[in-house]
Order: sequence, then C-alpha cells, then structure tokens
Amino acid sequence: MTILRITNGRIIDPSQNLDEVGELWLQDSRLLGIGPRPDLRADRTIDATGKIVSPGLIDIHVHLREPGREEDETIATGTAAALAGGVTSVACMPNTEPALDSQAAAEFVYLQAERAGNANVFPIGAITKGREGKELAEIGGLVKGGAVAFTDDGTPVMSAEIMRRALEYCQMFDKPVMDHCEDLELTRGGVMHEGFESMRLGLRGMPAAAEEVMVHRDIALAEITGGRLHILHVSTAGSVDLIRRAKERGVKVTGEVCTHHFTLTDACLRTFDSNFKMSPPLRTQADVEAMIEGLKDGTLDAIVTDHAPHAPEKKMRELDQAPNGIVGLETLLPICVVSLIEPGHLTWPQVIERRTIKPAQIIGIDRGTLKPGAPADVTIIDPQAEWTIDCQKFRSKSRNSPFGGWKVRGRAWCVIVNGAVKVEPEGNGYRV
Amino acid sequence: MSIDTARPVGKSRTWHQRHLLGLEDLSRPELETILDTAEEFAEFSQLPGQKRTELKGKTVVNLFFEPSTRTRTSFSLAARRLSADTIDFTASSSSLSKGETFIDTAKNIEAMGADLMVVRHSSPGAPYLLARHLACGVVNAGDGAHEHPTQGLLDVFTIRRAKGRIEGLTVGLVGDIAHSRVARSNIHALTKLGAKVIVCGPSTLVPPWMPQMGVEVAYCLDNILPRCDVINVLRIQFERQRSGLFPSIREYADLFGFNNERLRRGKPDLLLLAPGPINRGVELTPDVADGPHSAVLQQVTNGLAVRMAVLTLLCGASMG
Repeated sequence: MTILRITNGRIIDPSQNLDEVGELWLQDSRLLGIGPRPDLRADRTIDATGKIVSPGLIDIHVHLREPGREEDETIATGTAAALAGGVTSVACMPNTEPALDSQAAAEFVYLQAERAGNANVFPIGAITKGREGKELAEIGGLVKGGAVAFTDDGTPVMSAEIMRRALEYCQMFDKPVMDHCEDLELTRGGVMHEGFESMRLGLRGMPAAAEEVMVHRDIALAEITGGRLHILHVSTAGSVDLIRRAKERGVKVTGEVCTHHFTLTDACLRTFDSNFKMSPPLRTQADVEAMIEGLKDGTLDAIVTDHAPHAPEKKMRELDQAPNGIVGLETLLPICVVSLIEPGHLTWPQVIERRTIKPAQIIGIDRGTLKPGAPADVTIIDPQAEWTIDCQKFRSKSRNSPFGGWKVRGRAWCVIVNGAVKVEPEGNGYRV
Repeated sequence: MSIDTARPVGKSRTWHQRHLLGLEDLSRPELETILDTAEEFAEFSQLPGQKRTELKGKTVVNLFFEPSTRTRTSFSLAARRLSADTIDFTASSSSLSKGETFIDTAKNIEAMGADLMVVRHSSPGAPYLLARHLACGVVNAGDGAHEHPTQGLLDVFTIRRAKGRIEGLTVGLVGDIAHSRVARSNIHALTKLGAKVIVCGPSTLVPPWMPQMGVEVAYCLDNILPRCDVINVLRIQFERQRSGLFPSIREYADLFGFNNERLRRGKPDLLLLAPGPINRGVELTPDVADGPHSAVLQQVTNGLAVRMAVLTLLCGASMG
C-alpha cells in the first residue's frame, strides 16, 4: 500500500464544484479524497504550491494511427505525447488500417496501451464494417471489447438510413454515436473553408453548409430515435446554433470543439502552410467567436485536440496534396490559456470542466473527477510556466503543428495515471 | 552581336523583391517599375536574332508541372535573349513519376546551379513553398487558380500601350472568374493602378465574395459592355471545374461569348484581350479573335518584353 499526498495546490474539481487550496490524497491506484488526514502517513508528498491540481485531463478525439500507419504515430508514442500534454486518458478514433470494427481490434488497443504504460486509452469503434458506410459493424462485440463510442469519423456515414439505425442500435448499450459532420459532395476536392480567403488564394473551398446540413440531419435523427448523439469537432457558428437549439428541446446531443478552431482562422492559409490544413477546416473570426460563446454557455461540452499525426514527408507537400490534420496533445494546455483564459473568456474551472468530467460523461468512463474511490488520474498544471513550443521536442512521432515557435504560458507540471507518477514534477523540462 | 548594351536596362530602378510570386504582394510603384522596364525592352524584343547581356552568366530554369506552350516559350526566349543559360524541365520528363516530391525535385535542380526558377504548378501556393525551401529566386508562372503574375502584367502592359493609361479605365473580366488565376492577377494589378474592374460571368463561376476585392459583379454582359474600355475574355477552365456549373457550352456562348453582333454594343475603340489558349467559338468567334478590336497577338509579343523586365529586375535584386 502506497500513499501519495499532494499539498498546497489549488484543487479544481468541477465534478464536485470545488476550487480551493488543500491536500489531495491518493492510495495506490485510487483517490482517497481531499482534506487534512492526520490518520494517514504519506509515503511521498508533492508540494504543489502555485500549481493547479486537476483531475487527469481527458481527450476524446485522438488518432493514434496504430495499427496500419505506425510511421505517423503508435499507441506508445501517442500516449507519451498525451502525458507530456497533461492528458491521462484518450479516446482513439477507428480510422486505422484495418479499421477498428471488431472486438479483437478494440482489445488490441487495450493490449498495446498496457504495454506502453503511459496514458489510459479507450477505443472508439467504427459504426459500419470497414468504415464503408454500408452495414453496421458488430457493435455488441465492440462493446464487449471495450469500445466506448461509435463513429466512422473522417468518412462520415452519408446514408441517413444507416445513421438512424446506428443511433437506435447503440441505445441498447447506452453508447453515443459520434459524427464527423461533412457532406462529402459539398466538400469534394476542398482544401480550406469556402469564403473570401479561399477565393483569393484560388483554393477549393469547403462551405460551412457542408457541416451544418449534416449536423441538422443528425439532430433530426437523434430526435426521432432518442439516441445519444455527439457532434465531433464543431467548427461553424451555424452548427453551434443548431446544437444549442436542439439541447433546448431536450435532444440528447453533445458537442466538442478543437483547440485550433477557437484559436486560428482561415486567414492563416495565406502562408500556404499545410500545418493549417485540417478537416473541418479553419473557419472565420465570426466562427471562432461562436466557438468561444458555445464553450461559455455550455453548448459545447468538451474541448478536444483531434490529434492527427502525419509524418513530415507527407505534410511537406503542395497544400492541396497534403493530408488533413494536425497534432495537438502537447499544445492543448497553453492554447487553452492563450485563447480562453488570458482573454478572460473562460475561467480555469470552466476549462477544466470541459477537459475532464464533461468528456468523461460523454464516453461513460468513471474518470475526470477527484471523488474518493475514482481512479487516481491527476494532472498538476503550472499555470505560470512560460515556454516556447518546439515541435522538434514533441514526444509524438509527428511534427505537424501550426503552433511551433509560439511563446506560451501554462504546462503540465506533474502527471499521475492510476496512482503512478508518469511525469515527475518539472519533468517536462521547461525549467532547469 | 548585340545592340545598345551600353545602357543596361532596369539598373537605375529601385527593386528589392527576390521573387515574383503574385501581384497581390506588389505595390503600385513596384508594378509601375516593371511596366516601365518592360517599355524599355519593348522595341528590342521585336528585333529577331538580337541579344542583350543583362543575364549573362545566369541560369534560368523553367520548371513546368502543368502543360504550357505560350508561357514556357515566352520565358525561355526572354531569358535567352538576355544571354542567360536556360533549362526546361517539364513534368512529363521528370522524376516525379518515380515518386520524388515536388520540393526534392526542385532542390536537386537548384543544386545544379540555378539563379532563378520559373515555376508552373496546378497547386495554388506551390511557388510559395519553393520560395521557402530554395535559395534561388522564384517566379510564379501560374499556380492553380491562384495567380499568374506575368500574364497579369502583360495584360496591363498591353492595355497601357494601347490606351496610354490605366487610371480611370473600365475593364471587364468576362468568363470563368472562379477558376481563373489570370482574373486574380488582373484584379490585383488593375485595381492598384486605378482602373475600375467589373467581373462578369455565370453566377456559378463568380464567387460571391468578389466585391471584397474591390470589383463590381455583373451577370449580364450586354448591360456592362457599353461601359467598358477593355474586355479581358477568360477561358473556361474545363480542367479545373467540377461538372454541372452551367448547362451547356451552347448556352454559355449565347450569354457570354463574343461575336461581331455583340461587339457592336461596345465602344468603337473597345480593346479585347484574351490570355489564351481560347476555345474558339465558345468565348470568341474566329472573326472577333482575328478582328480589329483583338489584341491577342500583341499580348503575346508584349509578354516577351514583360518577362525580360521581370527576369532582369529579379536577377539584379538577387545580386544586390
């Protein structure tokens, strides 16, 4: 039996509506609770003066690439990147090769995550066999294998009929259906958001409506089926509005937003740098503001990264030929500080809520909280740490970040997963 | 072997750019410097067999990843008449088919000693990528639907020579605006030089954000025609379009094609440009293309002078 004590930190746990300086106690892989415990003797004490003690951060939208594209990322390197960013649990997307569409494939993820011994990994299963959008995958088997949610992600289910059946079928298991909302006919050949900037640059556009028609469709289907719907990487003001109104009607819908979608706009593409290319694309300033508004009023439940590693040689291409996606796990904390906290849009407790208990509830895991008895996942954040993002120092195998060179504030200072200290205090190497 | 090389052209002018990537990046004085320099080359460019020495000892590489006859030939000839060594590299004879990336190909060619690389590519921004990764100067010879700066310059040069000015003229750009790099380069140059620009085409081929570029949008050619001093007829970019943007070529020609009858609605001294290649019978009927209003062949001739000016200024700058 090992007892760990974290003292003097500002403990923020939105699941208990808690924000106070105090002591947090861990015993082996479980949390014991908060407060003075004269009855206990700590084997180790971490002094977290000036730091924020948060439930371990959760990212429910991550691509780990294994199996199939190990040149971009593996479960081991992706979870190492997660730890460096302060993330103790990730949910990984099923667009692997082969697709994550069977019980065995889900179990393989758990096996590799255990071998790596970094962050917790929760697989998200494919909705359809081979992610082909034709027949439902064996969702029951996937649930047995530990899948926490279902999506075909980057190749969205274009058939409304199949989407309807998925929403119905997943109710049996109380699992959410997650949709990457994109009408593929409207975005065919698209490289960036369709608008003034795409016109000026001569790049083919992806209109906001391509996302919004699918958000609208999915909400209508969730409404008639009663299924749980989660909208992945919401990027347009119109989508935020649709979700807001659906929630008001009592539709079981949640939404997430990526760090880059509340930070960057389509004007970044003027550099023709493929590190600004992803799907959904960077939108306009008005959309960025709508994301922040959606986070403020709770329309958007979770903040995610859509961590999408691509090996450097794949990204260093002509913009229209480079693949979509950027890495994000190692930059998510400072980007939240720069875009949400420093401008005064959100408080630390609000940011932490959208990175812990809310995403935990979406995928139905007993984490994202510091309640006694919960798994001992803790992220201690140094909110004042100043550092410069250097992509060459990423633990991820890939370097495709638009934030390289940014001077930022805020970093994971110590990371604990299931009671084990995975990143030692100051182990992230920013203060020597 | 050469005439009048005692007074080098362009030397007295102020020029600081190492690359010519787009006309959006240039100021009005910079545009005027190029046009004035081209003016100095205009007469010489029509003397066959004569050479100048501005680019002696320089190597100019034509790196073309997209088919081109006019532009590639024009750049080659311009470089040679300034005594540069030239290398022509086209995608068909390239190692791209062996899987080498575009940047590696360019780096390898640069390693053989290039001072300037003239690049055409179907991807918007490809020349910007090269400018970031190469040490030599880069000239954009057309990047997808983005820009075609030397075409924009030669169009403006042709207008200035024919009309004596740009300021105050009304110029109509007609046709496939959405997919046209020539349209974008024309808009940047013409608006900076004080012309009024009207873009006119089927509403599926005119992006709705066009007014933000400082131009007027029109869908009825016959309505705007009487106001125009110049019309630049843009080719329909069949190769860049998705299907279904207009119902038929027949309907397009009826609404936006130039024939002698339609031309009678225009000003008597209307100047008609076409960057070519044109789809004869679609954008222009043959009698219009070869008729008195047409400046199609002057454009080609002027293209040589403009490209000589651009090469001279850029090489001067990189020596600088």
